[in-house]
Amino acid sequence: MSANVLFDAPGPRARLRNNILTLISAVVILAIAYLVIKALADKGQFAGKLWEPFLRGDVWTGQILPGVIATLEAAVVSAVLALVFGVIFGLGRLSEHSWVRVPSGAVVEFFRAIPLLLLIFFAQAGPATISGYTVSVPAFAAVVIGLTLYNGSVLAEVFRAGILSVPRGQSEAGYSLGLRKGGVMRLILLPQATTAMMPAIVSQMVVLLKDTALGWVIAYEELLNYGLKQIPSNFGNLIPSAIVISLVYIAINLVLSYVANRLERRSRRSRRTTATVVGAPAAVGVSAGIE
Amino acid sequence: MESLFDFSPLVQEFGTILTGFWSTIRLTLMSGLLALILGTILVAMRVSPTPVLRAAGTFYVNILRNTPLTLVLLLCALGLSDTLQLTLSSDSPTNYYWWAVLGLSAYTASFVCEALRAGMNTVPAGQAEAARAIGLTFLQSLRLVVLPQAFRSVIAPLGSILIALTKNTTIVIVAGYIEASAVMKQMFDDYGGTLPIFLGFAVGYMVLTLPTGFFFGWLAKRLAVSR
Repeated sequence: MSANVLFDAPGPRARLRNNILTLISAVVILAIAYLVIKALADKGQFAGKLWEPFLRGDVWTGQILPGVIATLEAAVVSAVLALVFGVIFGLGRLSEHSWVRVPSGAVVEFFRAIPLLLLIFFAQAGPATISGYTVSVPAFAAVVIGLTLYNGSVLAEVFRAGILSVPRGQSEAGYSLGLRKGGVMRLILLPQATTAMMPAIVSQMVVLLKDTALGWVIAYEELLNYGLKQIPSNFGNLIPSAIVISLVYIAINLVLSYVANRLERRSRRSRRTTATVVGAPAAVGVSAGIE
Repeated sequence: MESLFDFSPLVQEFGTILTGFWSTIRLTLMSGLLALILGTILVAMRVSPTPVLRAAGTFYVNILRNTPLTLVLLLCALGLSDTLQLTLSSDSPTNYYWWAVLGLSAYTASFVCEALRAGMNTVPAGQAEAARAIGLTFLQSLRLVVLPQAFRSVIAPLGSILIALTKNTTIVIVAGYIEASAVMKQMFDDYGGTLPIFLGFAVGYMVLTLPTGFFFGWLAKRLAVSR
């Protein structure tokens, strides 16, 4: 249902009313914007010297860009590892052998049910304690381990849903042609499922990229760390810096979301797959009836 | 090595741990409620006949959904509370609690809004057309016909959002309010990062998230609109 089913094509009176509403809401929104800007200005947040650092090349090349690169590094490494983790455990959950299926399911549901931050803390503190403080896990590795386990588990659910979304007739046709389990998976199910689950995978990448910001908690030097700790400590401009940094995050994520939308539209049109497009998996328990 | 199976810290600090999880529950419930209200207002804006409201709603959702929650909470605690001295309470923990709640609900509201909008798309066009045909206004058809059906079809997604919110309350650690994950961090510092402590807290969160999940799964099935 599109939004315009909710109201008629406006006649003269409705148009007048809509125009008045538009006017009122515009005034209200402008008033809110004015109040916010005035409050910021009263506290001197628009002083030129707070914003001037962002016009300087060395702040961008020395702090923001290294931050972006560190963020992307953590995101890309965890994304690749999470995809591998997701394929292994997603296929594991579909296995016909219960000794593969049950442990895979338990692992996936465990990592999906607990907060990512707990994983990151434990990835950093656990190995050190257990080894008697001889091993120290760098912050980068702790962030990557946490992101891989959590997002990998979510991706495992996406993979499983993707494979299950291919109609049963497809694998039956494969078996009747004489293919074995591996052949059916590799030649028939995976190619079709990939198209169906691409949008969900890319959307999960947006989540993963945002979650790299958790590196802040264990002092991994990524974009948020540069933007909210190092730049403000040099220039005392926490709020301007936070605004600039959030714009960088939003820009990166909007590009990813745009790609996800394009992929989704393409897979819906695609005749290369018989599978239906897979959405983001529901939380543990909510989707008890997914099979 | 013996610390590997030493569950005694969990027993010793049991009271502190419970206090931590109680803070988690309070944060989750209060932010969940505010996010539901704000999300409903946002979705009404996003489908309204007024272009300005639609644009404002879209702007809000796109900004908040694409910003890391860590950044939102830091902006609330370090920026609005500490730098701008906007205090919500003279008592410091209460002040940080409310800023955390505001940050969490502002962030979560954008997801609630998107879930509700997806839910509205499952309401057949005939329902809204029928509402218009019997002369209901925009707000009436939204309130009496479309939203009740939309809410019932998005119970499962809303449950997922509530569970995500429960897990997201851990990030409040950056905003200076003590909840369960901060207690775990403190215990890691005091007793070392042992597996029993980690498992204890993991189970604590699962005690919160799993029943929520099963409850919402059950509710979604029970309240599903039969078509």
